[in-house]
Amino acid sequence: MAMELDVFVGNTTIMDEEVYQLWLDGYTVSDAVKVRMEGGVMEECEASADVLLSDTMDQYRTFQMCERLLYSPAKLANQLLFQIPPHRQAILIERYYAFDDAFVREVLGKKLSKGTKKDLDDISAKTNVTLKSCRRQFDNFKRVFKVVEELKGPLVENIRQHFLLSDKLARDYAAIVFFANNRFETGKRKLQYLTFQDFAFCAGQLINNWTVGAVDNMVEDMDVDLDKEFLQELKELKILITDKDLLDQHKSLVCTALRGKTKAFNEMEANFKNLSRGLVNIAAKLTNTKDVRDFFIDLVEKTPSCVGQIHGRHQKLYLQNVSRLKRISSPAYFFPCLSPPPPPADAVISAPPVRTFSVFDLSAVIISSLSASLLESSVCKSDL
Amino acid sequence: MPGKLKAKIVAGRHLPVMDRASDLTDAFVEVKFGNTTFKTDVCPKSLNPQWNSEWFKFEVDDEDLQDEPLQVTVLDHDTYSANDAIGKVYIDIDPLLCNEAASVISGWFPIYDTIHGIRGEINVLVKVELFNDLNRFRQSSCGVKFFCTTSIPRCYRAAMVHGFVEELVVNEDPEYQWIDRIRTPRASNEARQRLISLMSGELQRKIGLKVLEMGGNAVVGYLQCFDLEGESGLVVRAIGTACTLDKLSSGSAPNTATHTHPNTAPASNACNSPSKDGKEPVFGEDLLSSSGPPTPFRALPTSSSSPPPLSPSKPCSRQSSSSDTDLSLTPKTGMGSGGSAGKEAGPLKTLLRQQTQTALEQREFPFFTLTSFPPGFLVHVGGVVSARSVKLLDRIHNPDEPETRDAWWEEIRQEIKSHAKALGCHAVVGYSESTSICEEVCILSASGTAAILNPRYMREGCLDIGIVDHRFEDPSPPSCGFCHIPYDELNMPFPTQLTYCYHCRRQKVPDVLFTTIDLPPEAAVTGKGCLIQARLCRLKKKAQGEVNATAISNLLPFMEYELHTQLMNKLKLRSMNALFGLRIQISIGENMLLGLASATGVYLTALPAPGGIQIAGKTPGDLSNEHHILTIQKRINDTIAKNKEIYQINPPKLFALDPEVFCGTNMELTEEVVGSPIPEPRQRSRLFRSHSESSDEVSELDLSHGKKDAFVLEIDDTDAVEDIHSLLTDATIPTGFNSCNTEIMPGIYNWTSAVQMFTSVRVFRLSNANLTNQGLNKIFTDLCENLLKSFYFKLRSMIPCCLCHLNFTVAVPEEELIQVAVTAVAMTYDKDQTQEKPAEKPITKGCIETEEQLQFPMELCADSSSTNTQLSSKISGVQETTNVSSRDRCSTWLELLRLKAHTIRRGSVKTISSLERSSPVPDGRSRSLRSTRGFGGSSVTVVKMTPLSFLPGTRIIKYLGIINMFFIRETTSLREEGGVSGFLHSFIAEVFAMVRAHVAALGGNAVVSYSMKECVFMENPNKNQAQCLINVSGDAVICVRETDQEPVPSNIGQTCTSETDGAT
Repeated sequence: MAMELDVFVGNTTIMDEEVYQLWLDGYTVSDAVKVRMEGGVMEECEASADVLLSDTMDQYRTFQMCERLLYSPAKLANQLLFQIPPHRQAILIERYYAFDDAFVREVLGKKLSKGTKKDLDDISAKTNVTLKSCRRQFDNFKRVFKVVEELKGPLVENIRQHFLLSDKLARDYAAIVFFANNRFETGKRKLQYLTFQDFAFCAGQLINNWTVGAVDNMVEDMDVDLDKEFLQELKELKILITDKDLLDQHKSLVCTALRGKTKAFNEMEANFKNLSRGLVNIAAKLTNTKDVRDFFIDLVEKTPSCVGQIHGRHQKLYLQNVSRLKRISSPAYFFPCLSPPPPPADAVISAPPVRTFSVFDLSAVIISSLSASLLESSVCKSDL
Repeated sequence: MPGKLKAKIVAGRHLPVMDRASDLTDAFVEVKFGNTTFKTDVCPKSLNPQWNSEWFKFEVDDEDLQDEPLQVTVLDHDTYSANDAIGKVYIDIDPLLCNEAASVISGWFPIYDTIHGIRGEINVLVKVELFNDLNRFRQSSCGVKFFCTTSIPRCYRAAMVHGFVEELVVNEDPEYQWIDRIRTPRASNEARQRLISLMSGELQRKIGLKVLEMGGNAVVGYLQCFDLEGESGLVVRAIGTACTLDKLSSGSAPNTATHTHPNTAPASNACNSPSKDGKEPVFGEDLLSSSGPPTPFRALPTSSSSPPPLSPSKPCSRQSSSSDTDLSLTPKTGMGSGGSAGKEAGPLKTLLRQQTQTALEQREFPFFTLTSFPPGFLVHVGGVVSARSVKLLDRIHNPDEPETRDAWWEEIRQEIKSHAKALGCHAVVGYSESTSICEEVCILSASGTAAILNPRYMREGCLDIGIVDHRFEDPSPPSCGFCHIPYDELNMPFPTQLTYCYHCRRQKVPDVLFTTIDLPPEAAVTGKGCLIQARLCRLKKKAQGEVNATAISNLLPFMEYELHTQLMNKLKLRSMNALFGLRIQISIGENMLLGLASATGVYLTALPAPGGIQIAGKTPGDLSNEHHILTIQKRINDTIAKNKEIYQINPPKLFALDPEVFCGTNMELTEEVVGSPIPEPRQRSRLFRSHSESSDEVSELDLSHGKKDAFVLEIDDTDAVEDIHSLLTDATIPTGFNSCNTEIMPGIYNWTSAVQMFTSVRVFRLSNANLTNQGLNKIFTDLCENLLKSFYFKLRSMIPCCLCHLNFTVAVPEEELIQVAVTAVAMTYDKDQTQEKPAEKPITKGCIETEEQLQFPMELCADSSSTNTQLSSKISGVQETTNVSSRDRCSTWLELLRLKAHTIRRGSVKTISSLERSSPVPDGRSRSLRSTRGFGGSSVTVVKMTPLSFLPGTRIIKYLGIINMFFIRETTSLREEGGVSGFLHSFIAEVFAMVRAHVAALGGNAVVSYSMKECVFMENPNKNQAQCLINVSGDAVICVRETDQEPVPSNIGQTCTSETDGAT
C-alpha cells in the first residue's frame, strides 16, 4: 500500500543498526530494502515488503534528522529532540565518523577543498564507495580539520573530545588532518601499495616526534605543523655521510639496535652506507616545502636500490623492536622518538607481534636513529 | 488577591543563527504574563547566551494564574529593523498552584516556533508565591488537583467519589477571523495556541470550582477535548470525575477497602449481549436491546428519525428533559444509537432553560470517567451504553453563553443515563465523549458502561437509586461479581442467554459482556486477551447542510450494527466471551463514514464458553455451494482451535467447584464429550432458552465448539462471503507479541521495566476509481492491519512484549484521504512466568532492565540507609569545591538536598513560597550548577512516557501536575522538510521533546496516562504547504524503582540522569 504519509515516532528513538549502516553506506531506500530482504529480516518477524519499506523510510528519516546533530557530536548529548540512550549515541557517532580505507587512501594528503569535493564522483567510481558515502566521509574530514585547526593542545585529544570518538578513530583522524595540512603526496603509483594504516602509523610517529608539539604542548597547530627548527637541524646530519668515523659509529649503533630484529638485517648492514646516504639526503632537504610534500615518494624513490630489497610488505618488524631501538638510541632531548612505551625487556621475546609494518617504519626508525646519532655526535664535538 | 509569579531567564543554548553576516545572534527575551511584559538585556553575538536575569515579578490574581500561561519569547535584536522572533515557550504554571505538586519549574525548554519548529533551548526558572484566600466568592480554584489517569492515582486513596463534572467554553477561532487575512501565518498560529491555552486554563479553573462546590479536592480521569468547528468557532470541553483524595503515607498499600459486595440488584432490563441467532440481519435486533426511544419524542420535519427500532423496546422511565429537545434520538444500549440531524428551532431557548432547570434539580449525572476502580467499588456491570447525535453547526454568536453546545451534550448525557436505567443500573462508568466534525456537520458521541456501584464511595443523596443497599449478607466473590447481571432476568428486553455464573454458581451471568472499562484486576480470566477491532467504511453521497446530516444519521445505525456484528464474530473466532475497553469511533468525511471499534477480548471464567461460528447457506441442496460452505466452516473451526491455543484458553473444569449448588445441571455437564474443552451448556436449566432449541438441529456440522451456542452466519450473497473472508484474513499476531487496548493485559502479570511509547500516523490516499463499500472496507482493514504489522516488526527487539493501550484514531481529513493515528506503549515481560498470576495484585519485577532501554540510574541512593550520613558529608564537599569534572554529580546531590529540604518544609509549614531561603544551598549556586550541567553536556533527564497509569517496575511517589499542551506547526516549504512524512515526523518528535522538557522542568521523570487527543493534519502539496495541530495530555510524575526505599527516592526522581553520565 502506497502511503501518502507514514511516520512512526518513539519516545525513545528507535534505531536499527543494520539500517544505519546501510544509510551511512549511501544506499537508497529501495536498495536498502533489497539488502534487508536478502538478509532475512522478514522471516524473523513475519513482515512483508511493505512493512520493511515503511520501516526503512522511517529510519532513514530519523537518521537524516539526526545528521545535523552529528555534525557536532557534543550536541547529541544535550539536545532534547531525540531521547537516545548514551550507549546508542556513542554508536551513532562512532559509525558516522567511521570511513572506508579505500576512500581515505584516495584523498589522503589532498587539500580538503571544494576542488577535491568535485572529484568525489571519480573517487566514488574508483573505490566502489557510493558518492553519498564519499561526501559524508569527505565532509567529516573537512569538519574535523576545521575544528582542530583553531584549537590548542594535543591533536588526538582535541579530536577525541570534540567529536567524542574512540581513541583509535581519533588517531586516524589526526593522521588525516596531519596529512591534509602538510599535503604529503600519497597518490603516486609507487606509493599505491601502502595502505592508510601504514600512513597513519607514520603520521603518528611524525606527530609525536617531528612537530612543534613534540617540544611545546601549548602552541596552536602544535601537532599539525612540522617543527621548522628541527628540520633545519636535520641538515647537520650530513656529517654522518661525510665523516667516516661518525658513519661507522652510526652503523654500529643501528646494527646493534636492529640485529636479529629484522630479516632485512643483512641487506641493511651490507648497504648501510648507501642507505644512510639516501636517507640523510632526504632529511637534509626537508626545509623545502615541496620536498616535505614529496617526503614519502622520496623515501621510496631516492633511497638506493638495495632498499628496494627491503621494500615490500614481506619485511616485518615488530613494534617492540622499535621501542627497543628507541631506548638504545636515546638520549634525545628534542626528539623523544617513538611513541609506544617500551615494554619490559623480557616481554620482547614472548610477546606476540602487536602489529607489522613496512619499509616506512624502517625508514622512520633509521631517520630517528640518525638524528639520535647526530645528537651524540654534536655532544662529542662539544666535548672536544 | 492572589499571588506573585516570579520568573528568571538564565541562559540559552543552540540558538539558530539569525545574523547571516556574523553567523551569530543578538538574543534577548521577553517574559509576558497577562498584560505585563518584561525584557532581558540583549546578549550580543552569541548562540549560547547567558542572561542570568533578575527575577521578573508579576503580581496577579489567582484567577489569572490559573488561566494564563507564562509566555517566554526569544527575539533577535536588530538595530535598524524590527526584532525577529526566534521562538516561544509557553509555560503552564498550574502545577505550581497546588501545594502537593511541583514547587518550582526549572529547566531547559525547547524554544518553539510554529513555522520553524524547535530552535534552540532556554533555561527558565519559575516560582509562585500564593497568599491564602478565604473569599468564598472567589473565581479561582487553586489547589484542586487534576489527573488524566482514569483510576485512583497510585499514591492516593479515594476518600469519596463525588461524581461527574463537566464544563465547556467556546470562542471564535482566530484562524477564521477577518484579521487572519492580513496577518502572517505565524501570528495566526500563535494567536490560536495562546487562545487555546487560555481556554483550557479557564476550563480547568471552572471545573475546579465545581469540584470545590461538591466538596472534593481533585479531578480524576480528566478528559479535555477541542472541537475545531471551523467557521463556527472553537469549543474546548472537559469532563472528569470529582473525588476527595487522601495522600497515602509512604509505602502503605493503596485502597484497602473491604470487599463487601451487595448482590444482584433486581432492576429493569438488558445487557448488550446480542442473541445467538442473528439469522435475520435486521439491524435492530441485536442492538436495540433496551431503552428504545420511549414515548414522547418529537420528530421535527427537519430531523430524520432513524429507522424505527424493531426490538420490543420497553418503555422505561426517561427524563422528560431529553424529550423536550427538538431532536429525535434513537438510543440503544449495547452498541449505541442512531442519531438524527436537526437545526435548532425557535422554541429552543425556552426548552434549554427548562432543561438546565431539570439538570439542576438532578444536580448531576451519575457518570464516572474512571475505567478502573478501587476493589469493591464496582458491584455489577450491565453493558455498554452509548448515544450519538448528528448536529448542524452554526456560528457561536455569544462566546459567553455556550448554551447550544451545552444543551447538545446535556441531551446526550440524559440519553446515556436513561439507557443505564434501562439496564437496571444507576451509574455509568468508563464514560467518555467525543466528536467528529466535517464541514458543518458534527457527530456527538458518548459512551460508557452501565454499572451498579457500591454506594459507600458516594456522597449521600448523590445517587438516589437505593436499590443496592441491602443484601450485604450475600457477597459475591470479587473475581466474578461484576459479571452478574444487574437487571431483572424475568423482564429482559431482548433475548440474551443467561446462565449461572461459572465461577460462583449463584448468580446469573450473560453469555457475552461488553464494557468500556478496564478489566478489574481481581477478575478471574482464562488465558490471555487480545486486541479485537472491527473496521468499516461506508460511502455516502456528497451533500450539504441538512440533507447531509440526514444522510449521515440514516447511515449510523447500520454502521453500528455492522461494527457490532464484526466484533461479535471476531470475539467468537477467538473463543472469548467479553470485551473490555470498547471504544467505537465514527468519523465523517465528505463522501464516506469510517467506523472503528477497538476492544480487548478476554475469556472471563465466570461467563459461559462461547459457541462456535456456523455457516449456513441460503439455498440448501446446491452441492457445490454446500461444499464451499463446508470448506469455510472447516477453516473457521481450525481458526478457532488455533486461537484457543494462541491465547491459551483452556477453561477449567468448573463444575468441580461446588456441584451441590448446581445439581440440576450436573447431569448434563457429565455428558461432556471427552477432549472437548468446552462443557456442554446447560440449556435446559435456563430460562428463556426455548428458542435456542432450534439451533440444535442445525449444528450437525459443528465439530467441537459447544453446539448449542453456535453463532450462525448466513451466506446469502457475495457480501456475506466477503465478510467471512475478511473475518478469517485478520493477520495473526507474531509469536512473542500480545496486544490490547486496556491498561492491563489479561494473562500477563510479570512486566519487566522496558517501555517504549510511540505514536504512528498514516494517511492513505484513495485512488479516484469508483470504490465500493467492500473495496473501501478492504483498504481500511489493510491499513489498520499493516499498521499493527509494522509495529510488531519495529519492536521485534523487545520480544516478548505486549503492545498496551493501543489507541487508534481515524479521521477523513479530506475527500480521498483516510488518516489513522495510533499511540501505544510496548512493554516487555518475563516469558517464563506469564501464567502465574500473583496473589494480590500484578507485581512487576523491578530490576530487570533490558540493555536497549533507558535507565533510571538510582545508584546515587541505592543504599538509602546510609544516605543521611553521606548527605552531610557531601554537602561540605560540594560547597567547598566546584570541581568541574564532578559537577554533574555535585549538582545532582545539590538538587537532591534542596528537594529534600523543601519536602520537609512543605510537610510542616503549609505555605507556598520561594524555596531558596530555607534551602540549605544558596540558590545562586545551584542555579549556576544547573546551567553548567546543561552545557557541559551529557545529562538530559530521561523522561519515560506511557499511556498507562503506571510504569512497570516502578512506583509513582509523586504527581506533579497535569500536562496539557497544544501545538500548531506549519510549513511553507514542505518539500524541503522531507515532504509530509518528514514534516509530521519532526513535529511529533518535537512534541515529545517539549512534553519531556516540561516534565523534567517540573522535576519529574515520567509521564503517565499520556495521550494524543488530537492530531489534525492538513496539506496542500501544490502550494508546498502543510499544517498540523496536536494536542497531548498526561500526568507528570516522579517514579522510583519498586525496589527502592521510600524516603530518599522521593527526591531522586529529580536528578535522574542517563546512565553513563558525563560520557565525555
